[in-house]
Amino acid sequence: MSTSTPAAHEAEKKRGAFSSRKVFILAAIGSAVGLGNIWRFPYIAYDNGGGAFIIPYLVALLTAGIPFLFLDYALGHRYRGSAPLSFARLSRPAEGLGWWQVGICFMIAVYYAAVIAWALSYTFFSFTKKWGDSPDGFFFGEYLKLSESPGVDFNVVAGVLVPLLVVWLAVIVIMVVGVEKGIGLTSVVGIPVLVVAFLALVIRSLFLPGAMEGLDALFTPNWEALTHAGVWAAAFGQIFFSLSIGFGIMITYSSYVHHDTDMPASGLVVGFANSSFEILAGIGVFAALGFMAQAQGVAVDEVVSSGVGLAFVGFPAIISEAPWGAFIGVLFFGSLVIAGLTSLVSVIEVVISAVRDKFDLSRPVAAAAVSIPCALISVLFFSSSSGLYVLDIVDHFINQFGILLVAFVSMIVVAWGIRALPVLSAHLSRTSNVVLGGWWKVLIGVIAPIALGYMLFEAFKIDIDAPYEGYPTWMLALFGWGSAAAVMLLGYFLAPIPWRKGTSLEDPESVDTRPVDTSSKGDLA
Amino acid sequence: MSTAAVIMMIVAILVVWGGLVVAIVNLNRSPSAVPDVDEVHRDL
Repeated sequence: MSTSTPAAHEAEKKRGAFSSRKVFILAAIGSAVGLGNIWRFPYIAYDNGGGAFIIPYLVALLTAGIPFLFLDYALGHRYRGSAPLSFARLSRPAEGLGWWQVGICFMIAVYYAAVIAWALSYTFFSFTKKWGDSPDGFFFGEYLKLSESPGVDFNVVAGVLVPLLVVWLAVIVIMVVGVEKGIGLTSVVGIPVLVVAFLALVIRSLFLPGAMEGLDALFTPNWEALTHAGVWAAAFGQIFFSLSIGFGIMITYSSYVHHDTDMPASGLVVGFANSSFEILAGIGVFAALGFMAQAQGVAVDEVVSSGVGLAFVGFPAIISEAPWGAFIGVLFFGSLVIAGLTSLVSVIEVVISAVRDKFDLSRPVAAAAVSIPCALISVLFFSSSSGLYVLDIVDHFINQFGILLVAFVSMIVVAWGIRALPVLSAHLSRTSNVVLGGWWKVLIGVIAPIALGYMLFEAFKIDIDAPYEGYPTWMLALFGWGSAAAVMLLGYFLAPIPWRKGTSLEDPESVDTRPVDTSSKGDLA
Repeated sequence: MSTAAVIMMIVAILVVWGGLVVAIVNLNRSPSAVPDVDEVHRDL
């Protein structure tokens, strides 16, 4: 039985929709599982108590990550719009928060594509181990042709330009095709392939000599670490940045979900699937690092790294040394490409959805109007020999003073300014066997803001005390503080523009008293 | 691997992957209504 009214059906036809709960969940997992799961989690866990880290990690997942996921779901699912439209329907003056999130997503899309392009190149380089015996020199020198000192130049690096164009072409096609056949299909195919490829990588790594020493380094608990506030902040940070929460993605995706879908039950699957992949990545990465330590005759702690260094310097070294190295390389870099791509499309959909909702544009026109300028800026800055410097700065500042700040501010506004939590919890509990009672309001209204506020305070302190990574002040001012401030101001310019004809800013539920049909069990998916 | 490391690895796997299994089982028991096949909404 469906309870869709003709009006709701019409809106879905106009905006696009996921055809089933399964497609939505896979797309949400595709968004959450990104580069951070593979190259950030293993190091964070190792560096913050090893096996003991599981405790703050689970506490963070259950008290902040999943409750925050529910908040995003509630906003998008109840108000049935892109981030700005959902906030506008919640409360007209809150629309700016949605545009702030849109701006953040645009910025992220611009540089995230570059990392996927590098991984794409390295998938092919793995066959011939093109980095030779100097992965470090090859990556920064021969491949990126990184300029000697930080700055901005526009010297095109063809080796990066070509894969970057390929990535953007793929993204533009996916986005033009639409919500179900573009984003949905990418995840429905991509996520199972990613899981199988990564499982194969983990199994191969586990049979490498030294793998057990690597796992020992990752899982040996350091209980004393749990007494440090920094370790708990690291757990909340990892959960927060890993789940794609707080900057519009989940609001956008849940607006494409059928009105009666059980959102909290779906959210639990997404949250635990994301963490399951992180555990898998931890095992795979540390088994491989254990091998490298043994091959080089050093302790595991001398080879651990994260981020760009782990992926493009550490792993190539492992691939060169290990039996079946090319196999490991293709699986590792191929996984980065898939995990990155399913996240990139979710980030850019936030922008496209908002543009479609605001202006009277068809899907293909809106997709092209957003993706093509985004691709041009991306190519201009990140196929140049100064790309890595700019990427490093924008990434750091947009994460700390974009994502973290907007999440904190919007949480306070929704919980304490608009006092919307009772309405939102009632909406989610309506069709779910997970009832969001007082516990959820306490977690979202008190616990999560305290955790985010603490992280934000620490982040500000660090970046004000000393210039990030010693970059020149003008670069930090322009690409760091400047980009974080620019996206914040976006709402002031875009909110006053009228919505496309026929868009109601009323709460869709207030004019809709449909009964909930609970006669049919299970999902078709 | 040390005994403590083995135990923590098993705990982490059981809790997180077990949590995923429980979440999937719970989802399949969800009482929410779903669209009929002929009303599955397609994107434009």
